[in-house]
Amino acid sequence: MDFAPWSDRADRTDESAGAAGTDRPVTYVPATVTRSAKIVVAGGFGVGKTTLIGSVSEVRPLRMEEPITQASAGVDDLRGTPHKTTTTVAMDFGRIHMAGGRIALYLFGLPGQSRFQPLWEDLAEGALGCLVLADTRDLDASHDALGLLDGAGIPYAVAINTFPGSPSYPEAELREALALDPATPLTHCDARDRTSSLHALITLTEYLSEHRSAALLETRR
Amino acid sequence: MSGPRRDPDMVRPYVRTQGRIRAREDVRLESVVIAATGPTDTLGPDARRVMRLFAGADGGLAVADIAAALELPPSTVRILVSSLMDSGHLSSPVAAIDDQPDFDLLQEVLRGLRSMV
Ligand SMILES: Nc1nc2c(ncn2[C@@H]2O[C@H](COP(=O)(O)OP(=O)(O)OP(=O)(O)O)[C@@H](O)[C@H]2O)c(=O)[nH]1
Ligand SMILES: [Mg+2]
Repeated sequence: MDFAPWSDRADRTDESAGAAGTDRPVTYVPATVTRSAKIVVAGGFGVGKTTLIGSVSEVRPLRMEEPITQASAGVDDLRGTPHKTTTTVAMDFGRIHMAGGRIALYLFGLPGQSRFQPLWEDLAEGALGCLVLADTRDLDASHDALGLLDGAGIPYAVAINTFPGSPSYPEAELREALALDPATPLTHCDARDRTSSLHALITLTEYLSEHRSAALLETRR
Repeated sequence: MSGPRRDPDMVRPYVRTQGRIRAREDVRLESVVIAATGPTDTLGPDARRVMRLFAGADGGLAVADIAAALELPPSTVRILVSSLMDSGHLSSPVAAIDDQPDFDLLQEVLRGLRSMV
C-alpha cells in the first residue's frame, strides 16, 4: 500500500463528508489497520508542533477542542464566590500508516503548559513517547513540558527547531539549560521539512526502543 | 526536577454519556473502532451522530478522528465510544490470523518511520 503526505496529493479525494452534512470531513482509517500507536509532540507556544505534524501526516491534520474549567484563584476569591473561567485547548493531530497498512501511528500536538495537565493524562495514556520541540530563543518555554513528562514518567527526546535568528549553543550548554538526563536524545530539526521531522521521530523511537530494553533488564534483576 | 502536582482547580466539565461517566481503559484517543450492526433508535443524539459517521464507511476511525469530525471534546468521545462498544455498536478491528504472534508495535513503528525517509 502506498501513502503520500497529504500536502503532496493533487486530488485529496480521500475526504468524504460525514453523512450528517454538517460534520467536518473525515478520512477513514484503511480497513487493513488493526493496531494503532501514538506519539505526543509537545513544546511551548509557536515552537512548530503543528508544522511538524503537518509535515509528516498522510492525512490532512485535524483539530480537537477540549474545554477545561478553571476556578480562578487570587484576591477575588477572598470575597464572594470564586470565578470560573473556561478555556478551550486545541489539540491537533495527524496520522501515518505503516507496516503494509496494518498500523496507524497518530501524532498529537499539545501546548506544554502545566495548567493543561488534565489533557496530558488523556494524551499520555498509552503513548509510545513524546518529542519535545524547543526554540533556543526561549528555552524556558520547554520547562513546563519537560516537568510534566518527568512527573508522568513518559520517555522523551528533545529536538531544537531552528528558526532564523535563533542562537546556537554547544550541546553541553543546551543540555544544562534544559536540565536533560545524559541519556535523553537531543537533536535538531526543521519542522517544515518532512525528512528532517521524520529523523527527529526516528531519534525518539530508537531511544524508546533502547529505553525499553534497559527497563526490561532492570526488572529482571 | 520534581514532578508537577495536580491542580485541583483545573477540571474538565462533568460529562455523563449513555450512563457512563468514565471511558474504558482500552479506549484511547488513538484507538480505532469500526462499526458493527445494531439498532440505533435507542441511542442518545451524540451517540447517533457517532454512528452516522460510520454509515457507508470503508474503514475505521480513531476516537480523535470522531472528536474532530463531530466537534465534540475528545474526553466526551472516549466515553461515547466506550458505551457504544459495550452495547456492541462499535468494535475493535480484528487482526488477521496470519499476523505474526510476536508483532512488536514499537519495532514496527521504528521500521515504518525508517522506511519513509
Ligand atoms: N524557520 C522555521 N520556522 C518554523 C519551523 N517550524 C515552524 N515554523 C514557523 O513557526 C510558526 C509557528 O509554528 P506552529 O507549527 O504553528 O507552532 P505551534 O507549536 O503549533 O504553535 P501553537 O500551537 O500556537 O503553540 C509558523 O509560522 C511556522 O511556519 C522551523 O523549523 N523553522
Ligand atoms: Mg499549533
